[in-house]
Amino acid sequence: MRDGRNGSTVIPTTVDVLVIGGGNAALCAALAARREGAEVLVLEGAPEHFRGGNSRHTRDVRYMHTRVNKFVTGLYPEEEFWDDLIRVTGGRTNEDLARLTIRASEDLDEWMAEHGVKWQRPLRGTLHLARTNLFMLGGGRGMMNGYYETARRFGVHVLYDANAQDLAIRDGTFDHVVVNLNGERREIRAKAVVAAAGGFEANIPWLKQYWGDDADNFIIRGTPYNTGTVLASLLERGAQTNGDPREFHAVAVDGRAPTFDGGIVTRLDSVPFGIVVNRNGERFYDEGEDFWPKRYAIWGGLIARQPGQEAYSIIDADTIDRFMPSVFHPVEAGTVGELATKMGLDAQKVTAAVETFNRSIVPGGSFDPGELDDCRTEGLAPNKTHWAVPIKKPPFYGYPLRPGITFTYMGVTVDDRARVIMHDGRPAANITAAGELMAGNVLGRGYLAGFGLTIGAVFGRIAGREAARSASSR
Amino acid sequence: MKALLTEADRQLTICNACRYCEGYCAVWPAMELRRTFKDSDILYLANLCFDCRACYYACQFAPPHQFAVNIPQIFAQIRTETYQDYSWPRLLARMVKSNTKAAVVITLACVVAVFAFVLIAQGPAVLFGVHVGEGAFFRVVPYVAMVVPPSIISLFVLGVFATGAFRFWADTRGSPEEMFSWPAFAKASADAFGMRYMRGDGSGCNYPDEQFSHIRRVFHHFTFYGFLLDLASTTVAAIYHHYFHWESPYALNSLPVVLGTAGGIGLMIGTAGLLYLKWKSDRVPGDGTMMQMDVSFILILFLSALSGMLLLALRETAAMGTLLAIHLGIIAAFFLMIPYGKLAHVVYRYSALVKNAVEQRRAAAADAAHGHGH
Repeated sequence: MRDGRNGSTVIPTTVDVLVIGGGNAALCAALAARREGAEVLVLEGAPEHFRGGNSRHTRDVRYMHTRVNKFVTGLYPEEEFWDDLIRVTGGRTNEDLARLTIRASEDLDEWMAEHGVKWQRPLRGTLHLARTNLFMLGGGRGMMNGYYETARRFGVHVLYDANAQDLAIRDGTFDHVVVNLNGERREIRAKAVVAAAGGFEANIPWLKQYWGDDADNFIIRGTPYNTGTVLASLLERGAQTNGDPREFHAVAVDGRAPTFDGGIVTRLDSVPFGIVVNRNGERFYDEGEDFWPKRYAIWGGLIARQPGQEAYSIIDADTIDRFMPSVFHPVEAGTVGELATKMGLDAQKVTAAVETFNRSIVPGGSFDPGELDDCRTEGLAPNKTHWAVPIKKPPFYGYPLRPGITFTYMGVTVDDRARVIMHDGRPAANITAAGELMAGNVLGRGYLAGFGLTIGAVFGRIAGREAARSASSR
Repeated sequence: MKALLTEADRQLTICNACRYCEGYCAVWPAMELRRTFKDSDILYLANLCFDCRACYYACQFAPPHQFAVNIPQIFAQIRTETYQDYSWPRLLARMVKSNTKAAVVITLACVVAVFAFVLIAQGPAVLFGVHVGEGAFFRVVPYVAMVVPPSIISLFVLGVFATGAFRFWADTRGSPEEMFSWPAFAKASADAFGMRYMRGDGSGCNYPDEQFSHIRRVFHHFTFYGFLLDLASTTVAAIYHHYFHWESPYALNSLPVVLGTAGGIGLMIGTAGLLYLKWKSDRVPGDGTMMQMDVSFILILFLSALSGMLLLALRETAAMGTLLAIHLGIIAAFFLMIPYGKLAHVVYRYSALVKNAVEQRRAAAADAAHGHGH
């Protein structure tokens, strides 16, 4: 068989377990199924270099732990984990599946390490999450390299550039998949299939069904290979849908970012230190509502609703060094008006917005980025409620912003064995799902850092074992 | 150089907005202390890099990604320029660094020169004769000829390196008072002698390919400690000669021969291994010029060790004179090319490690004073 790395070219026509996808969830499923003794084939849609889906852009995984080790700085028990999940989802979760995810995450530190993932000790840049989350040494691509190396050692077969087009399903039973392999059409049969091919956020025409032409202005932070083909096929072949198709997780990213795959480096943390105006030069939301780590996830959606899906963060020389540097240098100018002109905005309107903002600041506040401080404005609509300091010291800096879509929430419905639920309400006989394709069952809305990998790893393992079991009984 | 620095600045700006690699080596925590990158910063960071390549294989922005981040390559290119810019005379440096052929020509020239010198000065009877017993080597190459030229070359090398180190320190904005910081020397020496940043998290570095491996560190240790043993052997022999008036060749169980043999075998294993790894290595994160520089240096080290071992084995035969001439010629070429070759990495990487120790200690103190930035 071909494993992509050694380049031999025998392509199997029948396997025990077929895993569609090549990220964290897919590899966890493949490794778990292989450990149960199944012959496993992974179909990764991307070329080898870009393997790993959105997992290659991740950095850390959240997991429940009631003991400390050298990689985390404190405990994270089940109830606190659950409370965090309820807070971010507003209750939009399936409690059974969520509790299952949390409890099953407890051994991820050991299991992932056994399967090639290296952990990093807490360092300067990771301290804010070092209690609850494990950080991968080298981040997500390092993690994926470790998984793929382990898969190679285990004898898991991997095909790259293998795009699953359609799943042939009859009466809730999977028969074969139609694959486009380097432009060639193939059919591959399997006794069981794991669908772990991610969401559909990189499919702009699909997003346009809900967002119209505005979707042309979205930036997709992750892989361009998450086109949702497998999700669409499952839904068309009778899988029950889960989640709101219009919803996605989006942050504010630099407007100059590439349309796809810009990853972590395009995000911008300047918002709380200045003001943000839309293309009409008007403020539209409280930039200082809460600490940025708690608010950055709503700014993608906010900007998506502004004209042209764009906005502009404006700060001055006093605050330029207060946030993580970003990949694009800010636009710089000696006056606010000149800055506005350079960014293609109306100089008078933006100057007026800055002056009005400066005048509305309640005097006597003491600026403290480490606290919800008392620097605020009065009489503005909307007010800035914290960290409101005058924008007055040249040079002035500006960053164009756009919504950066991280992932979509809509997927298929699954049960606690990761089996895909069909329209008749019964689980499919030999079809399981893991990762972003079903994460909405657990995380119905909102965002919890490192939780996508948790769901992917937990449900990947469940789906892989379930698939191996159902394959051995066929 | 300017173009390289601009490109490194572009890549580091991406790295600094990502920081996923901060667990790998000293480069990344050092980078995080900076927001923008002056030429001096890049010069320092490039020489702090051990070329372990972990960051390249873990990078989601590595080519063919459009951001084309390839830090091991751009840093290797900058180091190549560093070794040239900080040595003297630069003309010779430029000739040697990028050209394995030049190194071969210089080596051959040195061998031929020593050989011709012995042949003309001593005559063929001496050169091709059998010499045994105390002072045998000096009957072929007189003591003065064996000691004076190497001493001059060594002093020259030391001078070039010391000047380079001072200039490098100044250009990376090191303060004069911090240049001699004993705790920093201790930290840097521990890092250097243990090759700490090739250990990674304990699983080694990504060399010669994507797999984590200790093999490069092992071969480097063989080379480095083999070299040190040979240096020790020569030093002991010099002490024997000067203070005890015991003349070489020494007995097989004597300290100089034992040290020299162990060192020679280590060098041969280490350099052969490193050459093999070079040949196997992934070229994408590498730099062609650095590769040539490496190969020349490793090859001549290997030849020095090989000729030394052959000389030891055949020292009581008629081949001794020829082998001695060849060995001394290779050693002379090796020393002559030191300031322009890969051995320069010892000077600049060590300087960078010292600067890193100073700077991280200061940052830790600042963190403690402010109760951490986060």
